Amino acid sequence: MGLLSKKDAALITDPLADNNPITIQVLGICSALAITAELKASIVMALSVMAVLAIGNVVISLMRNIIPSKIRIIVQLIVVAALVIIVDLVLKAFAYELSKTLSVFVGLIITNCIIMGRFEAFALANGPWRSFLDGIGNAAGYGLILIIVGFFRELLGSGTLLGFKVLGDPIEKTGLYAMGYENNGFMLLSPMALIVVGIIIWIQRSKNTSLIEEN
Amino acid sequence: MSKRTDSNVYTIVFAVVMVLVVGTLLATVFSLTKPTITTNQKIEKQQNILYAMGVNDNDETSANFVSTKVAQEEFSKYIKKQLVIEGDKVTENDKAYLIDVKKEQSKAKEGKTRRLALFIGEKDGKTFYVAPIRGKGLWDAIWGYVSMDKNMIVQGAYFDHKGETPGLGANIKQRFFMDDFIGEHLLDDKGNFAGITVAKGNNDPKNEDKIDNEVDAIAGATITGNGVSAMIKSDLKLYIPYFKTLKK
Repeated sequence: MGLLSKKDAALITDPLADNNPITIQVLGICSALAITAELKASIVMALSVMAVLAIGNVVISLMRNIIPSKIRIIVQLIVVAALVIIVDLVLKAFAYELSKTLSVFVGLIITNCIIMGRFEAFALANGPWRSFLDGIGNAAGYGLILIIVGFFRELLGSGTLLGFKVLGDPIEKTGLYAMGYENNGFMLLSPMALIVVGIIIWIQRSKNTSLIEEN
Repeated sequence: MSKRTDSNVYTIVFAVVMVLVVGTLLATVFSLTKPTITTNQKIEKQQNILYAMGVNDNDETSANFVSTKVAQEEFSKYIKKQLVIEGDKVTENDKAYLIDVKKEQSKAKEGKTRRLALFIGEKDGKTFYVAPIRGKGLWDAIWGYVSMDKNMIVQGAYFDHKGETPGLGANIKQRFFMDDFIGEHLLDDKGNFAGITVAKGNNDPKNEDKIDNEVDAIAGATITGNGVSAMIKSDLKLYIPYFKTLKK
């Protein structure tokens, strides 16, 4: 990549695979379970977290030398909460339809541990540009897992992708359903998301054995 | 690095300044956006009411309101009367659509008379009676508008929610769920109010049986579905006296 130095590029590519916030650091699991019953919600959540994390990282990074270390967690919480509320209000005023789709996610974004985790672990010690890249990278890594989980849960649970009936109509018995295929309702429930994430972790660690922790 | 940021005085001053800055910022943004948000919410209510009586831009599968630009115009074109029912008293009020159902429900809890809004619309020679309803889902409030004919047979329904789970409870605002209510009877075969139950395993997923007072539930959304059943039962029941006067 000519645009970014090798070190900067790693900030984006590392969280996608070998330092993925969900599968390696096991952060942000709560929202990964809650909203991945359909693909569209996963994509919306991934993009929202990306916006908040990138901007939040830059803000915290700019403030890093003046934040008193005793109350830094509170300061981080205030920054992310204020940011999310302002974005929500502005959307409500100027993009009302979009804000209705996103409002469900607002609470989930504020409490997402990836956001606090990156503020604490990266933005407090690095400059704004690198923090911005780190925010994009980590949100992308998080979003990637969300989208994979959402893809399988919607496909196997509802037989649709982004709302399109890709496997035929379960009530009219067309497509795959004509051959006796049934949707797996269990896929729609949160425990199945945990199992799907578990399978992803399994595949990832069996491909790259250096990721396996030693006892 | 200097240790000045570790001192107590610095920490307290920082906290105070931070609160002031963030507080002012939030208050400013809130008051700047409030008028626009209120207008958006008013238009949304009109769109919801119109949607329930079948005035919408639906395509084959998705639910679409009439556009925000024409909502006000369409609302005054199709809605002939806005009524406020207060006990036995029925008055016309063209601001009835702004009645806050939540406030009225808590008024009823305190033993005061609840004001009920009812919108009478006309489209293609048919008369629609649209009533707002409100209740609790799994996480937060759910609400909606149900349009009926004078025999309390549902002509259309719109549901919405504040924070139900995407992909599960949030699907109450999808066409496949809302459309199931069309044609359902709110009264049983003896003419008593039965409501409509969102039922699991009613063996009628295509919803061909319209007089069973049941629609098919959404998998994985039991509590939201129960909330829909409950708000239909408790809120629409209150309109029975008015519908009885229509028969006289």
